[in-house]
Amino acid sequence: MGCPEVPVQISIVIYLAHRLERAGWDVTVAGTNAPIRLLRAADPEKYYVKKSVDLDWIIQEIVEKRMDFDACFAFMHSDAGMAYGATFSAISRAKHYAVVFGRNAEALGESIEYPAEKIVAVATHNPGPLMRKIDKVVI
Amino acid sequence: MSCIEQLKYRLYLERTSFKEARDFIEKNSEEVYYVDPGYRIFKDYYIIGVPPVALGVRGEEVLFTYVKPCHGTFVMGIDSPEEIARLRESEARKIKETLKEGQKKGSAGERAETKRAIISFGDLYKK
Repeated sequence: MGCPEVPVQISIVIYLAHRLERAGWDVTVAGTNAPIRLLRAADPEKYYVKKSVDLDWIIQEIVEKRMDFDACFAFMHSDAGMAYGATFSAISRAKHYAVVFGRNAEALGESIEYPAEKIVAVATHNPGPLMRKIDKVVI
Repeated sequence: MSCIEQLKYRLYLERTSFKEARDFIEKNSEEVYYVDPGYRIFKDYYIIGVPPVALGVRGEEVLFTYVKPCHGTFVMGIDSPEEIARLRESEARKIKETLKEGQKKGSAGERAETKRAIISFGDLYKK
């Protein structure tokens, strides 16, 4: 997770984490300070998200080969978010998903050239369209 | 958090796209090196970006991209003969490896060519 300026981000992250946990995955949510603080405030008992870590720290851990994942969902609504997604795609052996939202989701989704399955929805306040697309990916 | 912002840096572009930042480095550097995302510079900064990630050298200065999730991409410059030396060494190593691979392929190709040549001479002799 990057900048939390688009409201749907935190809701979708919690929703996705919950779906993955129920499907048996061990979920870690990484983000910058602001979205991690929002996440911890929304889920104080860690009911939906058990592990949340700093984004730069996890990049360091993956580059130094101390940690890796089977699947990686990169949330993005801007070019900077896409650069982070491309970085994860280059450093991690995970299967990559680009979760693209916000007003410019379609243009941003088209600009993604790194290998990732794209989950794209023009969603800012209404999480519905993104939830439906995530439901198709997470069984 | 990375130590980059505590170093003495010059800011050349701010809040731009990664592609524009890369173009700027390519057009304004004396030497350009391409590294993978996650390449570590200045002790603890792991470069974020869309491959190919360009690093520029201009005199004693390294030009590089710095991505901040809420603010976009920045192009910064920091004087660092050490990082420049590391970039040049790593590039020289890459070239050596490429040459070695090329030689291996070349010699295998030559062997195959020689084999083919012997067969065709034989065929000619029979005729």
